[in-house]
Amino acid sequence: MERSMEPPAVPEEEMMPLSVAPSPAGCQLFGYVGIEAVLDQMKIKTMKTGFEFNIMVVGQSGLGKSTMVNTLFKSKVSRKASQPGQEEHIPKTVQLQSVTHVIEEKGVKMKLTVTDTPGFGDQINNENCWDPIIKYINEQYERYLREEILITRKRKIPDTRVHGCVYFIPPTGHWLRPLDLEFMRRLSKIVNVVPVIAKADTLTLDERAEFKQRIQEDLKTHAISVYPQEDFDQDPDDRVLNDLIREKIPFAVVGADQEHQVNGKRVLGRKTKWGIIEVENPAHCEFPLLRDLLIRSHLQDLKDITHNVHYESYRVRRLNESNRPGPSPHNGPPGKGGDGSDL
Amino acid sequence: SPCFGLRKDTSDDLRNLSLSGHVGFDSLPDQLVNKSTSQGFCFNILCVGETGIGKSTLMDTLFNTKFESEPATHNEPGVRLKARSYELQESNVRLKLTIVDTVGFGDQINKDDSYKPIVEYIDAQFEAYLQEELKIKRSLFNYHDTRIHACLYFIAPTGHSLKSLDLVTMKKLDSKVNIIPIIAKADTIAKNELHKFKSKIMSELVSNGVQIYQFPTDEETVAEINATMSVHLPFAVVGSTEEVKIGNKMAKARQYPWGVVQVENENHCDFVKLREMLIRVNMEDLREQTHTRHYELYRRCKLEEMGFKDTDPDSKPFSLQETYEAKRNEFLGELQKKEDEMRQMFVMRVKEKEAELKEAEKDLHEKFDHLKRTHQEEKKKVEDKKKELEEELNNFQKKKAAAQLLQSQAQQAGSQQTKKDKDKKKVFPFLPKKWRAMLSL
Repeated sequence: MERSMEPPAVPEEEMMPLSVAPSPAGCQLFGYVGIEAVLDQMKIKTMKTGFEFNIMVVGQSGLGKSTMVNTLFKSKVSRKASQPGQEEHIPKTVQLQSVTHVIEEKGVKMKLTVTDTPGFGDQINNENCWDPIIKYINEQYERYLREEILITRKRKIPDTRVHGCVYFIPPTGHWLRPLDLEFMRRLSKIVNVVPVIAKADTLTLDERAEFKQRIQEDLKTHAISVYPQEDFDQDPDDRVLNDLIREKIPFAVVGADQEHQVNGKRVLGRKTKWGIIEVENPAHCEFPLLRDLLIRSHLQDLKDITHNVHYESYRVRRLNESNRPGPSPHNGPPGKGGDGSDL
Repeated sequence: SPCFGLRKDTSDDLRNLSLSGHVGFDSLPDQLVNKSTSQGFCFNILCVGETGIGKSTLMDTLFNTKFESEPATHNEPGVRLKARSYELQESNVRLKLTIVDTVGFGDQINKDDSYKPIVEYIDAQFEAYLQEELKIKRSLFNYHDTRIHACLYFIAPTGHSLKSLDLVTMKKLDSKVNIIPIIAKADTIAKNELHKFKSKIMSELVSNGVQIYQFPTDEETVAEINATMSVHLPFAVVGSTEEVKIGNKMAKARQYPWGVVQVENENHCDFVKLREMLIRVNMEDLREQTHTRHYELYRRCKLEEMGFKDTDPDSKPFSLQETYEAKRNEFLGELQKKEDEMRQMFVMRVKEKEAELKEAEKDLHEKFDHLKRTHQEEKKKVEDKKKELEEELNNFQKKKAAAQLLQSQAQQAGSQQTKKDKDKKKVFPFLPKKWRAMLSL
């Protein structure tokens, strides 16, 4: 804004850090006030409005993306690309498909949107196959921005921004391919990228460990910052927890949506001739870790980082650009370069 | 060629899915709340009321503490707002509480403008937030929110009706802040009078169209208690930090010779109800209403005032920033135009003045020339005269010389004349010798 920020019209403002905390013995010094009730008040309100969560899955066809999503959310969220008896249709170009569902658990309503990217990495020439994805992500930011700058705005702005992008790495066991690097490098600048090793049941535990090691090195060498990003750790507790997570990513996952009988229990798993791979068994695969990260512990964090960091970056770029007239290249709203290189 | 196509699976739009197992996102409210607890909450209360009506005492009583403050005098020339911030902690909740006091309210003889500093303060907090929101590089998630979440309006316990100052002030504030009216020092009103007083106040508020804060009744968990409490508005409160022994317990109370008024006894006053409503039940709703209703209204009015408009969805949308830039350029252009106009006018005036001055100068020159000529003529005349006179003098001198010659000739032939001379001398005894000579006497 042009004019300088006027300070609030308070002739005397005194910030007194007078901390009135209960004495260490646990009994209140003066008496109970009831301030902590605000936490419950907040919970009730958020449960009433419900939550939105938007996740994108990226990877070549056949890596089990749809199965993974269904396993994560324990329901038929995505329709699998290849149904038995049908020819799988691989689109000639990357097509983005979004499906929205409302799921509820213990009174908590969640509007879940899963965006699939069939065609990614499936062509002979995959140059710029990330462009439609980048464009889509930026378009969601644009949509939100437009709502936010309206004069009369909605009480709750609908959030279609991608909160997490799960990237499926084929279980080659060697290194990250150029496509993987290119994609993750570009996208980690505008969205939370969660890389996973797909179909990890083809790797032994040792192979898995080595593969992870190499991937981590690769990511570091190329300065690719995947979720949880080191820069955004809020406090020391967060840092400790996130360091643990960073040591283990990318999670090696196996997806399954069929139940089998193991030791008298019904478990989700993949049945092979040599055994049943239990999806939720941490000894078999790291699916539980992925689920905990994405849903049980870091879901709100994914949304917060999307809103406070990625969206804000987009907004800064966009607002700065609109001062410069003229068309801009191929991707998404004006001014956004194809590879995010104008950052 | 465009390679992007978004196909929405329309048949599955927003269908409710049933889950076959525990997914775990029921922890979401906890995740959200945990974030807030680590950051802390802001809550800002504005106390509007006359000096000495018990605002500070009530705050101390509500929050079970002693906030440092000096009692105000009654000599304030106008109303000013004093804000003080405190950090309170209860279990794992950190509350950044700001209490804003209206110092000098109701003390002046002329109270016409009393409400203005209050409105200005509230607006200033909205403005600060709006400024932050409109910045290009902004940090809203750790912004220290100073917007007023609740306004406690202290009504004096006259027992009759609202003062006109109260009505005017509340009317000015009701679209900007959540107003909770309370009757202060309620221990000075008898119970039967209190009921009448409350009814009178509420009906006056309604008939004057004052919108006070409505305790929310749309959520089932709080609907009942909010509805029950609303009936008792305005809350008749008594504040005290002194403790008095009641039975075998110590309780906050005010001790009189005729009895003890217990603050937390619901038969004695509505303090407990106020605490319930303000803090324990609706604190979050007060914050939410401030942000989604009062602030949005301020923002909309402010932006409309500046000339911004929302475009219809079909046309090319423009960003706030672009419009702002355009407006700014327009404004600068106007400024420039004005400046040019002024400069032109100035130049014109200067020219005019210059012309005037030249004219005057010309006149002066003419006058001067004229004078000079006149002077020269005069001079000539004088010189001519001088010449004439000199000639005359010369002539006279010649005549004189001739006369003397004649006289000397006459003397030689006229010694007989001496007797005559003597006689003449006797006749003209005062004539000088020269003259005698000239006159031949």
